[in-house]
Amino acid sequence: MLDRADGQNFTGNVRLVHAVGMHARPAVKLTKLAKKFQAQISVRVAGAPEWINAKSVAKIMAMRAAHGSTIEIKASGSDAEAAVAALVDLVASDFPDGAG
Amino acid sequence: MQGGAAGSAYRGRTASIGFAHGPLVRVDAGAGGERVAGTLVEEALALRKAIDLASGQIADLAASAGGEAAQILEFQVALLEDEDLIEQIFASIGEGRPADVAWRSTLDEQIAEYNSAADEYLQARSSDLADLRDRVVHILRGDAGEPLKIPSGGVVCADDLPPSRFLEIDWSGGGGLALLHGSPTSHVAMLARARGIPMVVQLGAIPHAGATALLDGEGATLELDPSAEQVRIFEKRRESHRKSRASARAILRRPTASWRGEHIKLLINIQRVDDLEHADAQYADGIGLMRTEFLLAGHSELPDEETQFQAYDAVLRWAGQRPVTIRTFDAGGDKPVPGFTFDGEPNPFLGVRGLRLCLARPEIFTVQLRALARAAVRGNLKVMFPMVTQADELEAGRKLFADIVQRLQADSIAAMLPELGIMVEVPAAALAVSSFKASFFSIGSNDLAQYVLACDRSNGALAPLMDPLHPAVLELIARTAEHGRRAGVSVSLCGDMAGDPRCLPALLNCGLRELSVNASALAQIKQTIDRLSSGGGVG
Repeated sequence: MLDRADGQNFTGNVRLVHAVGMHARPAVKLTKLAKKFQAQISVRVAGAPEWINAKSVAKIMAMRAAHGSTIEIKASGSDAEAAVAALVDLVASDFPDGAG
Repeated sequence: MQGGAAGSAYRGRTASIGFAHGPLVRVDAGAGGERVAGTLVEEALALRKAIDLASGQIADLAASAGGEAAQILEFQVALLEDEDLIEQIFASIGEGRPADVAWRSTLDEQIAEYNSAADEYLQARSSDLADLRDRVVHILRGDAGEPLKIPSGGVVCADDLPPSRFLEIDWSGGGGLALLHGSPTSHVAMLARARGIPMVVQLGAIPHAGATALLDGEGATLELDPSAEQVRIFEKRRESHRKSRASARAILRRPTASWRGEHIKLLINIQRVDDLEHADAQYADGIGLMRTEFLLAGHSELPDEETQFQAYDAVLRWAGQRPVTIRTFDAGGDKPVPGFTFDGEPNPFLGVRGLRLCLARPEIFTVQLRALARAAVRGNLKVMFPMVTQADELEAGRKLFADIVQRLQADSIAAMLPELGIMVEVPAAALAVSSFKASFFSIGSNDLAQYVLACDRSNGALAPLMDPLHPAVLELIARTAEHGRRAGVSVSLCGDMAGDPRCLPALLNCGLRELSVNASALAQIKQTIDRLSSGGGVG
């Protein structure tokens, strides 16, 4: 869901329902989708100290987000709102084929 | 031995029989020469070029390999497009490191991190990273711009080999495969057996030194820098293997095999239409298993009806009057297909695979059934469903199929409902075999054994337990054969057991009279039946 809008910054959070967590296929899909947007997009497992570049597959994998964890997403830039909405939707719908 | 250069011998496990005598070719990162570093700018350019080249190579491979290999490769491409990762390496070059050193150390850090993960899945991904690391290092050293050319008869030695790498090697000049780890039940082993490439796995540690290798796929041995005496003995074994193959080929030309006065039908398994080009294929009594998953590989879209019809029709034309059993898509389990199978099942072998998946994806299944219904009028076609648990599933498939035939006929398109059978690979199906109204049964012994024995067949650590001759497995095979005999319905077996001479006496004693094997095993199996029939051993 989309949390709040602050100028051109948007944030959202979504529960990771993917059975095995953020593994290779979901990570590839998430970064591919993120790269379609101009906005700077960061993600983290809720409460983690560091934000991670959503366009870096290596970092997304290293995040080791487990099944059932909540992913926070924030974006800034002209298409930030659409970016957050698209990524929330991708994770919430369990990375359907053809997406990303 | 002379000169202190006594050849050393290593023993592993057989994955594919045959012999190779030739140069030892290491394909892991240890191989290749040193490279001379240039200026900062030259190094940065060299890395950029190597990354672009690697990207192109991997994309090409993904297109031709398909399936699981394509997914592994997609992750590698994503890593190459990861600007954060790549920038870090360019920064390291900026600090004066040569391109290959910078690349390798960054990838090694990632690999170490994956290896230290508690998560088994992440640990397994480290081999994908190693694959990528080595590919780019080879390109930087200028020794891997082209697919690896194995000198004639060369013995390829690696820790393990992903299927993608196997497919990349040009095996047209022969050769063999010696793996330090690996498993006889891996995908690479299946590829090697299908191509007739000798392969030995689990050889343990082997020194990097060694120029000449003798690989004996039967005895599961690798000899390095052999003495003249070792070579002489090896060549003798190879010659006797060749002779026994030649006499097996002669047996092939005789009409049907028989055992205790009963005809044994020998059919072949094919993975794709090209497999019919094998010289021995013509001697088969038909096709016992045509897999159709190849149609799902290497395309961005699932194959349309016409593409599928052409493939089925080509096989039926080749077979003439002989029966052709085509298995509907058996995706899922260890064969994920993007756009078809479900992602992220925690236990895919017990998940939505085979017929379960096809019934859950009628829009995809319908296209295949339409193509099969049209092909059915062109020859002696039988269609079987994989991974069936309940009689209701067969009936649901039958209903879908019958409706499709009716619709085609209503549109004046030539079509008919072929004979319908099932794979017997779920223990429940074997135990309740009489509940299925199938026209024939085909025992998939690989999956049946893995489910009965509760052993993942790709897990090398379980190899000693993964015994297809376990009495529980044989009991289920015998029950299925007995049901077929009483009901007057044919029962065949199309798993690896059928192509293993050691399993033959047990299979015949279970009452099986139809076996389906890879074309490369046909001669040996026919010869073994001949020997057993005349009171000899398995040979």
